[in-house]
Amino acid sequence: MASIAFNDDSAVVIIGSGAGGGTLANELCQKGIKVVVLEAGARQSPQSFVNDEWKSFSQLAWLDPRTTSGTWRVAKDFSGLPAWICKTVGGSTTHWAGASLRFQEHEFRVKTVYGDIKGANLLDWPITLSELEPYYAKAENKMGVTRTNGIPGLPGNNNFKVMHAGAKKLGYKEVHTGNMAINSQPRDGRGRCMQLGFCFQGCKSGAKWSTLYTEIPKAEATGNLDLRPEAHVTRIEHNEKGLVTGVVYFDKDGKEQRQKARVVCVAGNSIETPRLLLLSASNMFKDGLANSSGQVGRNYMRHMTGSVYAAFKDPVHMYRGTTMAGIIRDESFFNPKRGFVGGYEMETVSLGLAFMPAFLDPGAWGADYAWWMDHYTNLAGMWLVGEDMPRETNRITLNTNVKDKWGSPVANVHYDDHENDIVMRNHAFTQGERIYQAAGAIKTYRTPPYPSTHNLGTCRLSAKASDGVANKWGQTHDIDNLFISDGSQFTTGAAENPTLTIVSLAIRQADYIAKQMTEKAI
Amino acid sequence: MKTIPIQAVTPEFSECEESGVVPKQNLPLVRREFLKGSGILMGTLATGSILAGLAPSPVWAVELKTLTKAEGQTLMAMGRVLYPHKKLPDAVYAILAKDLDGSAAGDAGAASMLRQGISNLNALAGGNFAKAKADKQLAIVKGMEGSGFFNTVRGQCMSSLYNNDMAFAAFGFPGSAWEKGGYITRGFQDLKWLPAPSKEASPPAYLG
Repeated sequence: MASIAFNDDSAVVIIGSGAGGGTLANELCQKGIKVVVLEAGARQSPQSFVNDEWKSFSQLAWLDPRTTSGTWRVAKDFSGLPAWICKTVGGSTTHWAGASLRFQEHEFRVKTVYGDIKGANLLDWPITLSELEPYYAKAENKMGVTRTNGIPGLPGNNNFKVMHAGAKKLGYKEVHTGNMAINSQPRDGRGRCMQLGFCFQGCKSGAKWSTLYTEIPKAEATGNLDLRPEAHVTRIEHNEKGLVTGVVYFDKDGKEQRQKARVVCVAGNSIETPRLLLLSASNMFKDGLANSSGQVGRNYMRHMTGSVYAAFKDPVHMYRGTTMAGIIRDESFFNPKRGFVGGYEMETVSLGLAFMPAFLDPGAWGADYAWWMDHYTNLAGMWLVGEDMPRETNRITLNTNVKDKWGSPVANVHYDDHENDIVMRNHAFTQGERIYQAAGAIKTYRTPPYPSTHNLGTCRLSAKASDGVANKWGQTHDIDNLFISDGSQFTTGAAENPTLTIVSLAIRQADYIAKQMTEKAI
Repeated sequence: MKTIPIQAVTPEFSECEESGVVPKQNLPLVRREFLKGSGILMGTLATGSILAGLAPSPVWAVELKTLTKAEGQTLMAMGRVLYPHKKLPDAVYAILAKDLDGSAAGDAGAASMLRQGISNLNALAGGNFAKAKADKQLAIVKGMEGSGFFNTVRGQCMSSLYNNDMAFAAFGFPGSAWEKGGYITRGFQDLKWLPAPSKEASPPAYLG
């Protein structure tokens, strides 16, 4: 591992080590570029992960204070926890379920396809599917996505069997165990899935791709990476030319440090990334860095989500095996006859006994609710995830009334469901219930959204500088050597789980940064 | 071997808790001389139940540091109204009382809120909430919905009632799977009451 001096201004500094930051770091290091990764969280490993929901949550989740507002139900149920994402080396790739789906062609140009939607701030991506396809292919190969590169699909568990049987009865066609970045057979020095059932708690077998034990050690092996865990960045600095020069952070001992940089890439997830740009406001950039469009923090998307759980006469034991064990894709396509634009995926999900009562219907109680826990072994579950509408008013702002332990205003996450989101959710709830009823459910339950795991869009890519924060490479329109490298880049959210696209964009961005550095453009 | 994570009744049990292995011991009776708290909640697990098989002793006891025994019993009764589970023994509801008591220790505001809430429950029940009829108890708790006391007790139920080995055993959740090798050879696809998916939809497991 490299040791890069604080005053060395030749390196690329990446803030965050998850799907975007961790991948970008490895790609740059492989090209011989020196990289400093500043990660706010500590470094865990498959050995230190625990098959214990609450303990793991304390170990991996981002628990620094945040606030919420808006009419979304999460603001009521989890007012201080808008998102279930991670603060640890590897970021939320430790926690993610592994679903790795490419966007559909039309999802890169929804303003054109959907037309103007009232109350939505739609925009076409500045890139197309065909431009991203080679990078999708690289990402799938890197991550070992099942049903690509000759990798077999995973074996479906009982939870999948239930969803599959119901879906088939309803006539759904595309129902299988998914495209998962989980080894179905040994690959890339990692073993195959042991069907532990604790995907969300960090994969103890290492079968699930996470930058923690793939990209990061590979980057370290090049000798070009200086990874600093427990380094909390509070500010990005710039010079009088308006170019960024480095970052200020607090190290694990609480000591303030200043790291010089040639290029800064922000990959702190779609809440912390805009927060950091806003916290870095200066005399030259009064509204925050890269914010001449006023779009930093806006268009926050979190996917239309919800879950359906169903109880059966006979046991299911949904907790056994891969959490996201299978998918139904038939509702992910564009079909406005359903009463909404965009589509949604249905993917199995399960919660352990410790999380189930807290998340099945937060705040609920009484005999009817207890009945569901009594039937825990007979439950099956699915998660509904679809494209939500970007809205200018759904946004990350600085809440100056609440400070974190470094004295910085925390992020406030404001979200109001768009009418399209609500209609889509109701459609998805209905279809989910019908699937389980077709499989013989005795009761079904509509579970409201969990804290957001897919946080997107707050520094979006745009062709025009006035419409968004960064260009088609994730390079900010205003500052040539400042890049956005995570899901904040998403111009719109698409129906698919975002990680594969974040990784693909990071691989593509690395090529661009390397080229720009060679050409001395940055 | 699973253990019941109620605080140890006797000092010599404390080591067992740390190692996670609790040998079965024949306790003649809980040794009261070691219990010096403000209140003691005690009970017996039904012999022959799954839980009794996991416990070091069928007799359980929980020591309260701040609340009285009667206050602890009221909280246990409220827990049963909020989340009534025939499958769960009183010992689990006693964990709720113990955890709430723990949050009240050294926090006068929390202690006062709990005492006031308990007192309200009893007053509304005409003296003793724990002994009131079920429908009366339900109506009283329903009337308190949204209050700080209600939210505190209900919120505490989430971890106290469900995040413990007794609840895991009662509801059939085996907990950590890693040390058992996961479910790849232990029934992750043993469901037989529905048709099996095709090999294309769900390929066979790789077993090396």
